[in-house]
Amino acid sequence: MDEAMSEVLLSLKHISKNFGEGDVLSDVSLDVKRGEFVTLLGASGCGKTTTLRIVAGLETPDTGEVILNGQDMTSLPPESRPVNTVFQSYALFPHMNVEKNVAYGLKVRGADKKTIAARVKEMLELVQMSDYAGRMPAQLSGGQRQRIAIARALAPQPQLLLLDEPLGALDLQLRRQMQIELKRLQKKLGITFIYITHDQEEAINMSDRIAVMKGGKFEQLGTPEEIYDRPATRYVAQFIGRSTILTGKVKHTNGFSAVIETGNGSFTVDSAHAKLTEGEMCDLCVRTERMRASKTPVEGFSLPATVREARYAGGSVLTYVTLRDGTEVVAEGVERMADAPNPGDTVYMHWNPAQAAVIGGASYGA
Amino acid sequence: MAHKSALRAADTRRNALFVLPMTLFAVVLVALPLIYVLGTSLVQSGQDFSFGATFTLQNYKSLLRTDYLMVFFNSLKLAFLTTLVSFIIGYPFGYCMARAGRRWKALLMMLVIIPFWTSALVRIYGWKILLQGSGPVNGVLKSLGLIEKNIKFLGSYGSVLLAMVYCMISFMILPCHSAVDKMDFTLVEAARDLGSKPWKAFLDVTLPLTMPGILAGCVLVFVPSVGIFYLSDIMGGGLVLVGNLIRDQLLKVRDWNTGSAMSMVLIVLTAGIYLVYRKSGGDDLGVF
Repeated sequence: MDEAMSEVLLSLKHISKNFGEGDVLSDVSLDVKRGEFVTLLGASGCGKTTTLRIVAGLETPDTGEVILNGQDMTSLPPESRPVNTVFQSYALFPHMNVEKNVAYGLKVRGADKKTIAARVKEMLELVQMSDYAGRMPAQLSGGQRQRIAIARALAPQPQLLLLDEPLGALDLQLRRQMQIELKRLQKKLGITFIYITHDQEEAINMSDRIAVMKGGKFEQLGTPEEIYDRPATRYVAQFIGRSTILTGKVKHTNGFSAVIETGNGSFTVDSAHAKLTEGEMCDLCVRTERMRASKTPVEGFSLPATVREARYAGGSVLTYVTLRDGTEVVAEGVERMADAPNPGDTVYMHWNPAQAAVIGGASYGA
Repeated sequence: MAHKSALRAADTRRNALFVLPMTLFAVVLVALPLIYVLGTSLVQSGQDFSFGATFTLQNYKSLLRTDYLMVFFNSLKLAFLTTLVSFIIGYPFGYCMARAGRRWKALLMMLVIIPFWTSALVRIYGWKILLQGSGPVNGVLKSLGLIEKNIKFLGSYGSVLLAMVYCMISFMILPCHSAVDKMDFTLVEAARDLGSKPWKAFLDVTLPLTMPGILAGCVLVFVPSVGIFYLSDIMGGGLVLVGNLIRDQLLKVRDWNTGSAMSMVLIVLTAGIYLVYRKSGGDDLGVF
């Protein structure tokens, strides 16, 4: 009773899966709260689709458990799980019209005709496709098929909706529009979503929490803000947003801030979130929009660089510079071309230490 | 615009050049003989289809005999049973072949294709040896203690059906295989995901979506099966089929006019089946 009513809807416990060519998933654990929008983000082949298929029941994990509502579902077939999927290819039944597609999940579960008709109507209204009930999938555009796939998956009132790159096949404009609609739908219905994408912008815009995956493991699990502002690993820092990563050695630390020495000079970092010990190596991730290039030296930083080019990028100027060892860095910040440094000038790189993420200790090199 | 249509005309001329040999081939070897058969069936008994022949429908009227109709019925029944059994065995075979791993697929495909390398007659004689009174099949059954006396397989309706299915089943397996192979199995997963048990998902999704392959297979098996008669003769079935009737009319009775009329009925019948198949949305089988 307690567990059934608890906040956690889905719990993956130490899931591993191997298709015979190395691990696809190794020891993945995840708790998803009721009504939460969780995104699995990663490059192709990182195991995100396999994770989703294991939740749907379309794959069986080698080890680990899938718990939904406190019940072990690990060995249940997909038809016995209160979970529905929006497939990447939509997988609409080509020989059934829109109405029959949406009705399918209700029909096989033995709902009566009246209930089915009412529910199908409601679902088609929800996705604004009421006028298309009689159409065949082949007569619909990509965006329309997408809506029908969502309506079909929602019709049986699943406790958990799985979406496998549902917007991947749409063009950018439609994708942005659908992002907003999907998010609105999820809030309105209060259904828990597990969403797969390789598009970091999509993940940041829509999710309550993001799990960044790499090589069958979670690199980091956190809110979009945590993932963006404090990437736990170098991979996360590089995968999400544009940033510069500087590698150096901890020269000395007092627990709150530390001085890092690199081949290009040294700088001070805010080390409140990272346990740093003197003498160890660490990475520092600075987002491009937070990197500054000053014409005069800035206290706490000694990172001189040579300007290669300054380019107007609509609203701000991007300054392309080269550090002493040849590392190429981009800085943002100046608003007018008139304020930008000239090619060949020496500038001094700096940033707000509170806005840069230290990747040190155990995470270094991960 | 004018330039374009000129190009198209040139294209058409070039295409005509390629089509010409085929057309000649078809006219000389298929159309002309067929017209001759049609003509022969329409002239008075004993006459050739030539100038001065008397045209009549008598040859067709003479076919309206109960025993002849029974022969047509026998042929259709055997063709129907052959198609049915071929489907029952061939569809699962084609399905497994499409769903199997690469190595299994290659092996199964070999099993389907190798028989084409030897004459059907030779292979049927092989079956005859296997099934004869003192043959290996009886031998195995006896040594297993399943039977005491040899079973007389040869001559039974079952043995004819076996030979028919054996010769025709590839034409069922191949289109079924390609239909299953082409199908997107994410659709089956979607059906399962929405609450269907595996069998229900098969009936709701796989079967309707592979129906074009099944229908193509049925036509490819049924149409030639109506005309085949030598398998029954070799297996000692003693069945009188349309083929037997036509052969006897042509070679024994030497009544070419009635034989031609029978042939025309058989051709129209099979063409009719194909037409119904096409009209109901069937794939073209490399024909019109």
